[in-house]
Amino acid sequence: MVALTIPSIGRRAENTSPPSAAAEVMAGCSLRLIEQSLTARYSDWIAEALDEIQGCFLITDPGIAGHPIVFASRGFLAMSGYSREEVLGRNGRMFQGPATNRRSVLEIREAIREERTLQISLLNYRKDGTPHWILFHIFPVFGVDDGRVAHFVAVQVPIPRRSRSLSEARCGGARGRLFGACRNEVRSDCDLGCNLAADLFVDVDNRGLEAEESREASEQEKERASDAANSILSALTHCSKLTGRVVSSKRCRVGGIPTLSSSLIISLGRIKQSFVLTDPQLPDMPIVYASDEFLSLTGYSRHEILGHNYEFLNGPDTEVEVLHQIRQSIRAECACTVRLLNYRKDRSSFWNLLHVSPVRNASGKVAFYVNVQIDENAKSDGLGLSPHMRQLGVVGAVKVAVRSLSLCAGPSRPSS
Amino acid sequence: MLSIKRVPTVVSNYQEENAGEPLGCGRSCLGKCCLPASKLPVYALKNDPRPKASSVGTDELPPDFFLNTLLLGQWEDRMNRGLFRYDVTACETKVIPGDHGFIAQLNEGRHLKKRPTEFRVDRVLQAFDPAKFNFTKVGQEEVLFRFEAAGGEKTYLFEHAGNEGTKSPSVVAINVSPIEYGHVLLIPHVLDSLPQRIDQESFLLALHMASEAGSPYFRLGYNSLGAFATINHLHFQAYYLSVPFPVEKAPTTKTPTNQGRSKNRVTVSRLLNYPVRGLVFEGGKQLKDLADMVANSCIWLQSNNIPFNVLISDSGRRIFLFPQCYAEKQALGEVSQELLDTQVNPAVWEISGHMVLKRKKDYEEASEAYAWRLLAEVSLSEERFHEVKTYIFEAIGLVESEEETIDEDEEKGTPSNSSDPTHAPHFPECCLILQ
Repeated sequence: MVALTIPSIGRRAENTSPPSAAAEVMAGCSLRLIEQSLTARYSDWIAEALDEIQGCFLITDPGIAGHPIVFASRGFLAMSGYSREEVLGRNGRMFQGPATNRRSVLEIREAIREERTLQISLLNYRKDGTPHWILFHIFPVFGVDDGRVAHFVAVQVPIPRRSRSLSEARCGGARGRLFGACRNEVRSDCDLGCNLAADLFVDVDNRGLEAEESREASEQEKERASDAANSILSALTHCSKLTGRVVSSKRCRVGGIPTLSSSLIISLGRIKQSFVLTDPQLPDMPIVYASDEFLSLTGYSRHEILGHNYEFLNGPDTEVEVLHQIRQSIRAECACTVRLLNYRKDRSSFWNLLHVSPVRNASGKVAFYVNVQIDENAKSDGLGLSPHMRQLGVVGAVKVAVRSLSLCAGPSRPSS
Repeated sequence: MLSIKRVPTVVSNYQEENAGEPLGCGRSCLGKCCLPASKLPVYALKNDPRPKASSVGTDELPPDFFLNTLLLGQWEDRMNRGLFRYDVTACETKVIPGDHGFIAQLNEGRHLKKRPTEFRVDRVLQAFDPAKFNFTKVGQEEVLFRFEAAGGEKTYLFEHAGNEGTKSPSVVAINVSPIEYGHVLLIPHVLDSLPQRIDQESFLLALHMASEAGSPYFRLGYNSLGAFATINHLHFQAYYLSVPFPVEKAPTTKTPTNQGRSKNRVTVSRLLNYPVRGLVFEGGKQLKDLADMVANSCIWLQSNNIPFNVLISDSGRRIFLFPQCYAEKQALGEVSQELLDTQVNPAVWEISGHMVLKRKKDYEEASEAYAWRLLAEVSLSEERFHEVKTYIFEAIGLVESEEETIDEDEEKGTPSNSSDPTHAPHFPECCLILQ
């Protein structure tokens, strides 16, 4: 009997993330992927264009596993106290903390899932652990070519504390006057709220901050957020024309091809196993999603295989009987597990323990087939589950993700 | 003695056998005869006194949630082995249009077709009856793994363990009539034959499971007797659904207490703009702080014969507590026939906003107004809720502040002053026995 410890990478019980861990995460997410996320679509000019925009904002890529941050403005880094390396490749969750309102987190998650714009007050935490209120404005940027969300942009405008009257301020006497003077300073500040000195005076009592249930943003702050959002969108749209991979703030319907939603891609991106999704509704049942691990296993790149039938993995010595068995199972809408010889891009072969299963969406009908590969010769990942159980775990996770597809009658708005 | 006719749902393939049949094993059940020799996988939690809440600079959750892989993989395996009464993913489901996003599912196969059994609903605490169906009679093929707090330094998975270590294993089993994919039952200390009643340790185990799974779409629920628990053997339910529940989206308002935040930093809020009145527990320096507050609240309720439901949400960060009185109303004939005809027993999932409907007509016509009407019947009245809340606070050592600092804006939409045309008229208070 073997006992195996479950690795606690990044469990939320960890208190701080030392820089080396951040670097590890970045390496894991592939620094190259992060860099290319913007340049591939917006050209090399994008960094310069974005640097010219004042304000605190982040750009994330839902198409990369983990939905990581791919850009952080200088204003944001100054406000949060993090360095660029500490932020790129991480998920936006990292700025939440114990007093962050969980319902707000839910609303953000749902806005991302439903690919829509949201403006919400949020308590975030800086690197030094101090909390601060921000107006969080997130919006999707769609690729015109495929109708998918290319990036999410998250603009953040600090919301200073506003006392109803000076007498209610926690500081008394002279300090109170100072408080008032500084508030005026903050109000007249043209910078998008990134004046740390003013913040220090305004947020006198951090504990008091955490006890605040909410903090309303003023019209001014909302306008600032919208203005920044528009500037960023302009820059992205303009630069996207340079590469031809144009973006827009609106989703464009592309031909008759249904696109996978961000939420599905984000969910699938969490499954760290080799698998693909194929669409039985489309002619020749093409691959519509492939995990990073599938690409590493087979040696193909994503654009080489999306839209193609799964058969390219087969070759001269692949048993025809087994292929027949797979086709029969698919016709019967049943799951099957087979062992067959498959070929990588470089034509080297490997024994593939393949599991194929139908996956239904909210309508109850089969929306996809999931094919999960296990290379027989691959080293065990040491997590203690048999390969077959891990395969079934993938199927389960995919089923949960796809089950909620086409579930919504329309985007459901949270009650205010 | 009050009683109602219910259509029970079958959670185990062994439930339909006659209750009086002698066990006489060789059946590989979960009784003392078989479980000790079993080879179930064991998921042993480490001893984790550290704060459960995420702190500054915390990294994202690991992409491959380990407990999820185990649970989902095992569940899918049981599906392939034909242990479920139907494929729940083949059941149509939708979000009902409206502000709240109630979720409806058409499931014609979930409920038993045989004659309904009588079930006593006026006692929340009832003694365990070994003659009635309980989880020791479940076959081991329905059990996915053991889930225990091993108290070690790390979390371990033993895929093929013997029954070493714990004398009193807790197990996770499938629900053969699933509401959704991954529907399981967490049965703490199955061999101890505990009746359906909350205790601190079991509740903490449930919270650990939520936290360990780490997914906002995996929730646990508990129904007391009288609040539509189906079996009087201690168990929690859980399943995955990747949409928010209406109750999770509902606004809340914190109850101000004299100590500011309570010493252990658990905050209690109440739900606003939701048909069922309820409390929301959040925070806590450690998971145990939160678990104990809620457990003690439940213990007060069950000791005072008030049926209730509990929803563990947001990976164990938010816990909803709903005292209810639907069964009582039903027994006294106070629920409209129209609602009764839909045969929806408002247990924790229904209260949270997820409803399984067995007739196509009901599914097609499902509306937010219907959901609101049904759930409004479940709720305690404003006066009664306030009274119960006061007692609960006393029981858990919280003192509510004198001044009500609730924002005017937040008062909008509470059930008592709701101008919502669908809001049902107040029913007379339930006659419940307070000891």
